[in-house]
Amino acid sequence: MNRIDLTFTKLAAANRKALVAYLTAGDPDFDTSLAILRTACASGVDVVELGVPFSDPTCDGPVIQAASERALRAGMSLSRSLRLAAALRETVETPIVLFSYYNPLFKYGLARIAEEAASAGVDGMLVVDLPPEEAGPLADALAGRSIHLIRLAAPTTRPDRIRMLADGAGGFLYLISRTGVTGTGGLDYDEVARHAALVKSLCPHPVCIGFGISHGNDAHALAPLADGIIVGSALVRLIAEAPAGADLPGLVAAKIRELRDGMDASCVS
Amino acid sequence: MNAPLIGNYPDATGHFGPYGGRYVGETLIAALTDLEAAWREAQDDPGFMSEFRAMLKHYAARPTPLDFAARLSDHIGGARIYLKREDCAHTGAHKINNVVGQGLLARRMGKRNVIAETGAGQHGVATATIAARLGMSCKVFMGAEDVRRQAPNVLRMRLLGAEVVPVTSGTSTLKDAMNEALRYWVAEVEHTFYIIGTVSGPHPYPAMVRDLQRVIGDEARRQMLEQVGRLPDLLVACVGGGSNAMGLFYPFLDDPCAMLGAEAAGEGLDTPHHAASISGGSPGALHGAMTYLLQNDEGQIHEAWSISAGLDYPGVGPEHALLHDLGRVQYQGVTDREAVEAFQLLCRFEGIIPALESSHALAAAIREAGKRPKTDAILVCLSGRGDKDLEHITAYMKANP
Repeated sequence: MNRIDLTFTKLAAANRKALVAYLTAGDPDFDTSLAILRTACASGVDVVELGVPFSDPTCDGPVIQAASERALRAGMSLSRSLRLAAALRETVETPIVLFSYYNPLFKYGLARIAEEAASAGVDGMLVVDLPPEEAGPLADALAGRSIHLIRLAAPTTRPDRIRMLADGAGGFLYLISRTGVTGTGGLDYDEVARHAALVKSLCPHPVCIGFGISHGNDAHALAPLADGIIVGSALVRLIAEAPAGADLPGLVAAKIRELRDGMDASCVS
Repeated sequence: MNAPLIGNYPDATGHFGPYGGRYVGETLIAALTDLEAAWREAQDDPGFMSEFRAMLKHYAARPTPLDFAARLSDHIGGARIYLKREDCAHTGAHKINNVVGQGLLARRMGKRNVIAETGAGQHGVATATIAARLGMSCKVFMGAEDVRRQAPNVLRMRLLGAEVVPVTSGTSTLKDAMNEALRYWVAEVEHTFYIIGTVSGPHPYPAMVRDLQRVIGDEARRQMLEQVGRLPDLLVACVGGGSNAMGLFYPFLDDPCAMLGAEAAGEGLDTPHHAASISGGSPGALHGAMTYLLQNDEGQIHEAWSISAGLDYPGVGPEHALLHDLGRVQYQGVTDREAVEAFQLLCRFEGIIPALESSHALAAAIREAGKRPKTDAILVCLSGRGDKDLEHITAYMKANP
């Protein structure tokens, strides 16, 4: 069974919600990134989204843009992101979702990325600028491998399209909480709740909510609305703002525990 | 080459063969399908199209002239060179054609805020112009490096009431301005109309901008037949994103005319300093479309390089990518030096100061004219005027005597 499916099945049985953590691969460098990821997985993260740095991250806000730039400057690339995934897989069973823009995957070769991602122990791919209409070639390349192509739904997505997205979704559906890029602005919980209820009613797969979740109280408010929450910029920001020599894995782990506590407090069985 | 090209692309899903499409985040999909539907309805609405044509005539000063460059042709001693004088259009470049159309469409869709990206500032000025004319608020995203290089156009935009937003991410040039415009749009998508300045971006932009710019080629085709009595043997236009080239080429695609797209070869195609996405790039997806890109083996986008800020972009419109693959249009590099030489020739021989972008087309045309007999006719899109470039070109000539 695919590790993502296994994780959501176990969580549902325990009446718990998933904490999905995004981290940019190789931020601030390969070794530190690996240490952060390992600690995150040991601190309550249920699914890791490993972000492949890209020169032109149009869907991301300033925090993840800067992380991409740091990682690229440190020599990160798609092939090294795969090596990082493989290194993480050596020590953890946490599902890994390779989170990327389409161009690095396309340029690398879709058959090649499918094969190498599978052998690195990747369980899902989420391509932010690849709507289902353009995803045929990648879906074909992944066919027969245990890698889900994760789809996204947005607040602007209308019901008929939500149904279409949900029908072909694999793993979980990533529900974008609000318009805009990653990591900016506050959240209107009521509005997120309304849209999440609609999406949940139309989607047979687990639904996880992301964009703009930064604190334990966001996690507390949003976790009950879906099957999990996704946190990215709030973790990446810790790496950006930490003073030199700081214990980055420790800082990220503390934030993850804050979010986990917020979620668990509102979702006790 | 026998199957008709006009009216065949893009297909129903917005693809030009393997290129084009809609490579964007899910949040923008609804806006793009709405835009596609609104544009289709507007095109079928005689009222909308007649308002568009009237505004092009009375406001944008169309038709622009077809002008025989007699002294330049004699100097080269080969084929006759005809200039499609887009530099005579309001705001000094072909960019106005597209913004009149998109501005009217924004108003029709009830959007009161328009945004744009700009490199050289020509599209930013054009967008600020139409926003003032139609009473809309306007934000223009411009790389901080370009804000510095193109100060006169920044001043123009501000005089016209637009807010110029300097972009400092990435390389601080046109691609980063487009990144930032997309980021702003995804946040404010409900009330904002994004006026993309070239035949690039997600569907329907490449087709819509082409259809708004084809007035260049439609006029030129008629003018050639009226004034010269025949079609040109060769069409030449510069290609950054490629909107003036698509506008000129499109109505001629099914005619027996050769076509040449001049890409910015900067310091040379054998150096890393160029902006020739087709001649020196490979296929990939950026800014919503599959097309040719300047990129490394792992799909990271390279910084483009050109003396001309308007060609300084690492991608190209997807229809150009298809026309290249089909062999219908030849794409060739023109270096900074060749462009500057052509710039000087046109100043001296014809009393026209061309934009640096257009000077790339002129250089390619001059190269071709020398190889062709005097009985041949070459039609060049003189896409804009060069007032904005004077400071820059003076500095270049001083540094490269």
